[in-house]
Amino acid sequence: MAKKITIEPVTRVEGHGKVTLHFDDRGKLIQSRFHVVEFRGFERFVQGRPYWEAPVLVQRLCGICPVSHHLAAAKAMDLVVGADPDSLPPTAEKMRRLMHYGQMLQSHALHFFHLVSPDLLFGVDADPAVRNIVGVALKHKDLAVRGVLLRKFGQEVILATAGKKIHGTGAVPGGINKNLSPQERDSFLKGPAPLNADTMIDWAQGALDFFKSYHKKNKAFIDGFAEFPSNHLSLVRKDGALDFYHGVLRAVDANGHKILDDIDYRDYLRHIAEEVRTWSYMKFPYLKSLGKDKGWYRVGPLARLNTCDFIPSPRAQKEFEEFRAYTSGKPNSMSLHSHWARLVELLHAAEVIKELLLDPDLQGTVLTYRGRKSGEGIGLIEAPRGTLFHHYRVDANDLIAMANLIVSTTNNNEPMNRAVHWVAQNVLSEKPQITEGMLNQVEVAIRAYDPCLSCATHALGAMPLEVSIVDPRGLVLDCRRR
Amino acid sequence: MPKTIILVLGIGNPGRRDDGLGPHFIDRLRALNLPGVAADANYQLQVEDALSVSRFKRVVFVDAARAIEAPFEMTEIEPLAEFAFTTHSLAPHTVLALSRELYRKTPTAFLLAIRGYDFGLGEGLSGRAERNLEAALGHLAEFIRPGTAATRRKRARPRTRKNL
Repeated sequence: MAKKITIEPVTRVEGHGKVTLHFDDRGKLIQSRFHVVEFRGFERFVQGRPYWEAPVLVQRLCGICPVSHHLAAAKAMDLVVGADPDSLPPTAEKMRRLMHYGQMLQSHALHFFHLVSPDLLFGVDADPAVRNIVGVALKHKDLAVRGVLLRKFGQEVILATAGKKIHGTGAVPGGINKNLSPQERDSFLKGPAPLNADTMIDWAQGALDFFKSYHKKNKAFIDGFAEFPSNHLSLVRKDGALDFYHGVLRAVDANGHKILDDIDYRDYLRHIAEEVRTWSYMKFPYLKSLGKDKGWYRVGPLARLNTCDFIPSPRAQKEFEEFRAYTSGKPNSMSLHSHWARLVELLHAAEVIKELLLDPDLQGTVLTYRGRKSGEGIGLIEAPRGTLFHHYRVDANDLIAMANLIVSTTNNNEPMNRAVHWVAQNVLSEKPQITEGMLNQVEVAIRAYDPCLSCATHALGAMPLEVSIVDPRGLVLDCRRR
Repeated sequence: MPKTIILVLGIGNPGRRDDGLGPHFIDRLRALNLPGVAADANYQLQVEDALSVSRFKRVVFVDAARAIEAPFEMTEIEPLAEFAFTTHSLAPHTVLALSRELYRKTPTAFLLAIRGYDFGLGEGLSGRAERNLEAALGHLAEFIRPGTAATRRKRARPRTRKNL
């Protein structure tokens, strides 16, 4: 009998994803869709609010990476108050960097230890009752404890730089509202054990070594799962280095040729457009020069390691060289190598945090700069999940007249759909029975991109999923909820 | 100074109206300056909260809820591992399960669910949620008064965010 599978969530929070798989009477895949069933309304919510409120307001977009929105909005509002990136005081820029790299550390640690390690330790076919962080805690306690403390260290860095856990106020238009005290600095550098920067670097290296060891034993699965060529997009520093906070916009194709050659990101509208498809509230961004069909791209850890030329910290650079050598210097198109790339970034974030903590500029007292005001601001940042765009226009009364946000998960919309299609085609299609383990592979494919649907849909909260199987007549034959 | 023995953790997002009941509750609780009580709030619970709760004898999670009778429900909860797909947050009973497995500590824990009504984008609580918060705050203040808590414990099945 023909069928359709839908994956959809059950939650009180609206932002959620849904996977619908259509099969014909012989069980052959007809169509797969990863879609979002939430109306996006956040841009309108900020309209009419004073521009200086934006860095705090936009954190309401997401309880998962509020720091990314906080900093992207602050960067945009820097331009509104006439503080271009070169005129920002060093203390302000470095405090923001510390906040951001703290976020990268906690977010990447959470993703690996909480969401990915259960799949690796217990296998993608394992019972979900075991394949979770409590299962990891039971069987691999050291790994789970390190995950908790890496995350906590990153959270403490955010608290020290943003000032608050909820709706942090650290970054303001034109700068920052506090520096880092010597006591705060010393607490991160010297303890209390094991919560110090050196331990975090060692543990990040340990997590990376764990993944590489797993990869050696499971190359066919890790390399082959949801592998497909794509373009890649990210910010890079002007000299081509990996940079999460600031830089120019670079895109490369599947062979590594530049499509966007280090452009000023304030020109993004000349190069990037968003396609609306009737079946999803999440838009599909693409590079205008290549068109809708060929212009889609990946963002996030895998894309960043494919676009940058080097990593400006010693241990992560060594790992980057190994990562790039694996594909002979060509862009890496293996979805599960996102985990490898994410852990290289985790190590880099830990190294940069230590480097920043040793910089006396963090104790500087010049915190803001104001120049000639402007009516428009565009701020881009590399959020944990990829490139995040914030664009605002401000009227003569200092009120926000227009806001446009392209979040990381939206940028990865087409790649996630491709990954789901790969699983539907290669794992589910023409199988007599669809098992829980097979369905989990749909999740594994999406999880590689660490999506935040509450953020992408401009709602708030958790991100569950529902999978439905539907026949050619539209009848739902099976439905699994997570 | 009395020893701090109870942690009250508020969960929710104040930018989503009544979803912010947990953090608003914590703001009011802090203003009461009750002895022996530590208070904290965040958007959602995560793995590091297992470490936080492991350091206390008693924990109260405060969250907004839709499917309960107004003004609030308070139930004792026990450790239980439960997960949603690719979620970036944990349920209170899963935090307890992690605390038990990682730190060998299982505090007595309660979920204080306060009825909310408006979960749209926006600031401030709805009028009805505000009244429910006040009622819940009065109840908790009485509940954690020394010598009274043990008499008010009520067993209940583990609650999850999705059945609230």
